[in-house]
Amino acid sequence: MDDNVSLDFPLDHPLPRVTALEPPREWEALRERCPVARVRLPSGDEASLVTRYHDARQVLSDPRFGRTLSAPGAARLSATESGGAFSGEMSGPIPQSGPGHERWRRLLNRWFTARRMAALRPGIEEMASRLIDEMIGRGQPADLKESLAFPLPVWVICDMLGVPDSDREKFAHWSDAMLSLTRYTGAEMKEAGAEFAAYMARHVDAKRAEPADDLLSELIVASNAEGQGLSEAELVATGRALLVAGHETTANMIGKMVAMLLADRRRWERLLADRSLVRTAVEEALRFDANLGFGMVRYIDDDIEVGDTPVRRGTTVVCDLAAANRDEAAFDGAGEMDLARSPNPHLSFGAGPHSCLGQALARTELQAVLDVLLRLLPSLELAVPATELRRVEGLLVTGLREVPVTWKES
Amino acid sequence: MKVTVDQGLCCGSGNCVMLVPDVFDQREEDGIVTLLNPEPAAELHGAVREAADMCPAAAISVDEGK
Repeated sequence: MDDNVSLDFPLDHPLPRVTALEPPREWEALRERCPVARVRLPSGDEASLVTRYHDARQVLSDPRFGRTLSAPGAARLSATESGGAFSGEMSGPIPQSGPGHERWRRLLNRWFTARRMAALRPGIEEMASRLIDEMIGRGQPADLKESLAFPLPVWVICDMLGVPDSDREKFAHWSDAMLSLTRYTGAEMKEAGAEFAAYMARHVDAKRAEPADDLLSELIVASNAEGQGLSEAELVATGRALLVAGHETTANMIGKMVAMLLADRRRWERLLADRSLVRTAVEEALRFDANLGFGMVRYIDDDIEVGDTPVRRGTTVVCDLAAANRDEAAFDGAGEMDLARSPNPHLSFGAGPHSCLGQALARTELQAVLDVLLRLLPSLELAVPATELRRVEGLLVTGLREVPVTWKES
Repeated sequence: MKVTVDQGLCCGSGNCVMLVPDVFDQREEDGIVTLLNPEPAAELHGAVREAADMCPAAAISVDEGK
């Protein structure tokens, strides 16, 4: 245990970093000495930060607690009029808990089953190959994020939703604004939200008039039957939520995964020598990522105990998933990246009834892209020292600004 | 080994199906888990344990019968 780290409460959340890939030094001390810690959010409001694995899992799995921070006493994330993401504006009419949420969730689940993902995989690999070939064609050094990590998941989710991926610059802007902590003003967030909603409403209308072979068209058809499916407002909100969730997180994760594997090139070489490790390597990259983002938020509307610590009704709790994923109580050698780790019950997709809807898609994309990269670019290297990689700041999800890479010309 | 699943807890992550498709499947209409084989062969036990450990909703129980 590191006794030298001083903890002055309330700490700022997110905690500042020394380098992009390394976890903040405070996490270990927090897990050890103050597993439910007073923190100050970018809004200036206070919340309780949970950093132990079993505590985070307990809070996330408790069906009583929702993630909408619309209650009068709930903390705001960002210093904007609405309080930013989770204020209720982002999810809008999508039911956030109870039977309504379960109905919505089950309606969407069918689109993300393991079987559907297995059917998508060859197409994802083909797209990854094409993007890598184009990157090679443009010459080196290249930014793997811009060339591969970002366009691949955008293409996949746009194809599923039936929206043109040529609009991806718009989506990226709207998505950043929706996930802003400090980067955008309240007015900018509001304007981007309104534009995005109008775009998606037009798209839903177009699909209603002319249904095609995509997720939204089928949801619309299912919703025409009385008492079933989703309302117009729910359809638009669902389209927006899937588009944002479907590309931002995965795009960042592809870049971070490749950066972590190349930061210590023995990891990359181990995968080259044994491709059967790709599956567990992806899970370990998800666990080891110290930049999972802000964490998962819950509004606690009942007095509870988290571990041994009482948490009062009216508290906003932030479960720091990346800190929990480094908890030695849950993972042997938690500070080491073990590409063969199994089982690996990391919390990167959350846990419980709100666990990530698209996790099978994310896993499929991450495995596919890693397989194709190992095959087409075995000589891949970071073009800068890992300590010079820079994080994207001010958003709820965190990634690297760029992933500069080089390779040997064949 | 005896495997049971709780469809009320299942959130449809599909992870168990990706890991052990011989033992787990998902309902077409809502992605909820179904059990294909409650008493899997010994060579699948490791993967079934991994699926149970990794289930985000803790919906899979494994009785090792010891």
